[in-house]
Amino acid sequence: MPTKFFLLLLLAVSSVQAQAKETPADNYKAYCVQCHGSGGTGKGVNVRDMSVVPRDHTDAKSMSGRSDETLFKAIKEGGTSINKSILMPPWSATLSDEEINDLVQYLRMLCKCKFG
Amino acid sequence: MKRVFIVALLGLSAATFAEGGMLQGNCSTCHNIKGPAAQTLNAAFEKKGPDLFYAGNKYRQEWLVSWLQKPDRIRPAGMYYGGHIKVGAKGDEIDTSTLMNHIALSKADATSVAAELMKMKPHDDLIAKEKIEPGTISMQMGEMAFNKFLGCMACHLIEPEYGGLSGPELYTAAKRLQPQYMASFIRAPQVWEPKSMMPNKNLSDANIQKMVRYLESLSKEAANAN
Repeated sequence: MPTKFFLLLLLAVSSVQAQAKETPADNYKAYCVQCHGSGGTGKGVNVRDMSVVPRDHTDAKSMSGRSDETLFKAIKEGGTSINKSILMPPWSATLSDEEINDLVQYLRMLCKCKFG
Repeated sequence: MKRVFIVALLGLSAATFAEGGMLQGNCSTCHNIKGPAAQTLNAAFEKKGPDLFYAGNKYRQEWLVSWLQKPDRIRPAGMYYGGHIKVGAKGDEIDTSTLMNHIALSKADATSVAAELMKMKPHDDLIAKEKIEPGTISMQMGEMAFNKFLGCMACHLIEPEYGGLSGPELYTAAKRLQPQYMASFIRAPQVWEPKSMMPNKNLSDANIQKMVRYLESLSKEAANAN
């Protein structure tokens, strides 16, 4: 019985991971570009009426002020998890941890920067 | 056993074809009418219109009948916004030249297509899990939630000229959609469409109820304004 429960639990936890892994470029295109823009500069098609403008991912200065862990958390749990805007939603049900890690590296490529 | 299965399948498709010729023909060019939902982003990027294979779990029949005769755009940037944007002076903007209009059907065709669509209910189980309790929500609170507490406006128009453009407009949502579907989709968008652009905001039951009620009031308000 406990084994069965464990298996069920494992199945529930891994439900996102069960999907084939997408490339960070495709995930960015699908979920990030709508607000952060096709150039990653924060000028997406959705921003017209926003009270807070989305982060410019090419801005090395502000992006180097955030650790990989902070970026991971913002993507997974949403803007409010790092005291930023509610307009950045949590993507935990959409992306696997692995895909989020890939996206963090993708962001580092866009900003051509590291933390610190 | 295999033969029985094939015969059953043939019987089924013949029946569907006879009844839903238009669905099989015209509609299926742009809509997924058989399922399953797109399992990869590449498949999702290619979508030209919403999936219809669970239309009977999703739409209000009377709305289908009227919309199919006089279709107007529900998603300002098309089904997948990425295929319909261009870089403008202030950033990305919608490239309207790439958007296609939905064909209009006669009253008779709209009525029969809507009736066929309403039979397509593979997700009755998900719908049965939702119960919308009657109640009210102040329009002001609802608007605050859409704007400040939940951030729905980032991607959705919550008024004709206010909000984001990548998602479907919300101020007409309840006119189009069944309340239990709205609740179920808000609760877990990926259960309906694994590659949905709608994030799961982990709303509590109480908040889901409130949002559905607000969407219902919003649509009534929009209808009165027309």
